Amino acid sequence: MSDISQTATLQGKPQPDPAAPAVAAMLDELEEGSSLWKDAWARLRKNKLALTSLFLFIVIILFCVVGPFLSPYDSQAQNLLVGAEGPSAAHWFGTDTLGRDLLVRVMEGGRISLLVGLVATTVSLMIGVIFGAVAGYMGGRVDAAMMRFVDLLYALPFTIFVILLMVAFGRSLWLMFVAIGCVEWLTMARIVRSGVIGLKKQEFVEAAVSLGYSHTRIIMRHLIPNVLGPVIVISTLTVPAVMLLEAFLSFLGLGVQPPYASWGVLINEGQQNMEIFPWLLIFPAFFFALTLFCLNFLGDGLRDALDPKSAKD
Amino acid sequence: MALLEVEDLATYFHTREGTVRAVDGVSFSIDRGETLGIVGESGSGKSVTCYSLMRLIPEPPGRIERGVARFDGQDLLKMGKSDLRNIRGDRISMIFQDPMTSLNPYLRISTQLIEAQTTHRDIDRKAALFKAIKALEEVGIPDASNRVKSYPHEFSGGMRQRVMIAMALINEPDLLIADEPTTALDVTVQAQILDIIKQRQERLGTAVILVTHDLGVVAGNCDKVNVMYAGQIVESGSAEQVFYEAKHAYTRSLQKTIPSLQEKGQELYTIPGLPPDLTKPINGCAFYPRCPFPKTGAAETGRPALKDLGNGHCFADCGYCDSSGSIESVLAKGDTDDIHLPSEGAGA
Repeated sequence: MSDISQTATLQGKPQPDPAAPAVAAMLDELEEGSSLWKDAWARLRKNKLALTSLFLFIVIILFCVVGPFLSPYDSQAQNLLVGAEGPSAAHWFGTDTLGRDLLVRVMEGGRISLLVGLVATTVSLMIGVIFGAVAGYMGGRVDAAMMRFVDLLYALPFTIFVILLMVAFGRSLWLMFVAIGCVEWLTMARIVRSGVIGLKKQEFVEAAVSLGYSHTRIIMRHLIPNVLGPVIVISTLTVPAVMLLEAFLSFLGLGVQPPYASWGVLINEGQQNMEIFPWLLIFPAFFFALTLFCLNFLGDGLRDALDPKSAKD
Repeated sequence: MALLEVEDLATYFHTREGTVRAVDGVSFSIDRGETLGIVGESGSGKSVTCYSLMRLIPEPPGRIERGVARFDGQDLLKMGKSDLRNIRGDRISMIFQDPMTSLNPYLRISTQLIEAQTTHRDIDRKAALFKAIKALEEVGIPDASNRVKSYPHEFSGGMRQRVMIAMALINEPDLLIADEPTTALDVTVQAQILDIIKQRQERLGTAVILVTHDLGVVAGNCDKVNVMYAGQIVESGSAEQVFYEAKHAYTRSLQKTIPSLQEKGQELYTIPGLPPDLTKPINGCAFYPRCPFPKTGAAETGRPALKDLGNGHCFADCGYCDSSGSIESVLAKGDTDDIHLPSEGAGA
């Protein structure tokens, strides 16, 4: 229509617009990655605490993923002659009651704990955010029905729910991750819903409708980015929650089975003997706590970084 | 044929307290390039009329009960969702009251201006950005090629409203609905914003519906004026007719409230009483309880219809409005005792 010819005349003007090359350069700059995340990274870099946390978190991941290959010990090799011994030059973290090297067990346990933390949180994030945003945006009866469903799931004892899911789908670690994610999204959905309800009264949502955007587009592009702040904070709280849930399920015999271990399982074993062999509790608990601290500070930093209004420059 | 013809539009809100007849039988039309002002006090149905045309009424509780809004031959009120989406932002767009909240705080201005174009046009992002910068320049944003990268919170209220205007007009719509575009702004900025709307309108030939409760704005900017009261149009005509030959008692009372037309040192005139409760049926003229003109007529059934004076000037004639000379003389000789305030209205 007329607009095409118009753009053509805009670009093919006889006298070249002095702004034209600048526009092209600027567009490249703007298009380089999603601008929201790129800006967020620029702001995050200025936050020392968050950056340190990110660095530490990466170190912990490397420690858990690469560490076992460098260790001379096998996490499952028992040495009943040694038994539980405190930290020494040979076994930096000491050994457990079966004489297994604790350092390797902490590293291998970390793999499972970090994996469950990330996978289950991602699953809960996806379900919770989309469910909550749709419920909040649609409002009315749809919202009521969707949120009653959430209430219903809240009322179910979640362990029973996980057990049911695992019985139905068989026992594998990945399924456990997904099953945990499937029960941990409820709080997320509620928070996102309340955020969206507050936002949709704002005129920019009405403006988006009046510009002819579809519902999907408004939810995905205009509403969800605006609730990212609380979502990230809840995510950082979900990570420890799912790690603990995994430890609990393992304790019930549904999760990680011996001889494999996760931090939750190690802590659980450690606290049974903590008066006699305190190092069995201290080392896994230290890594667990350190990871959670890192994620919390990182989450805080990310929340600020994702909010354009917090930019100080 | 007019660009937009609205006939007997009625939008009700079904609330627990009863059915609010927010807009109850409104008809008007607007041609290309024309500016139509809609004035009235809060709750008179101005905004609901506009929101109904854009189908932005929250349903429930709201519902468009009846009426036709023929835009270029198509009825906006009966149109399917996807057709409606194609028209919104492309052929009809809207500017809102509060510029502080009408831009997405999480997206750059450039992203929002580009999205507005790519939604409706097959245009590559480079050309869209180019057009966005042009559009910002045209609404008077200095250093537009740098400012386009900013986020909304980096702009002042007046600047944001300019961005909104740029965004609403970027696809060169046939009709722009401006719902109190200057209410939330400083007085100094108001005139600039109205100037910009006017300039852009002249360039693009856009028809504008300007909703306001500022009579000065209407007088200076509109070709035609609708005066609304209690969900209906009580007087309509050209700006000159409505201002210099106002017939309806409500229009004349409104004019009386303009501060600059009043004597210095005197208490400012306000229309006594409150607008009627729209959940109850209204018999006779809705303004009757607050009307300064003495009259004896009992309430009729139904509201008086618009009477055409033959030159496009219409008003809802109950038979008394025009009879008693100037409103000043009426107000001068009697106090508010003359006014037929029902006891419940006075109590509220």
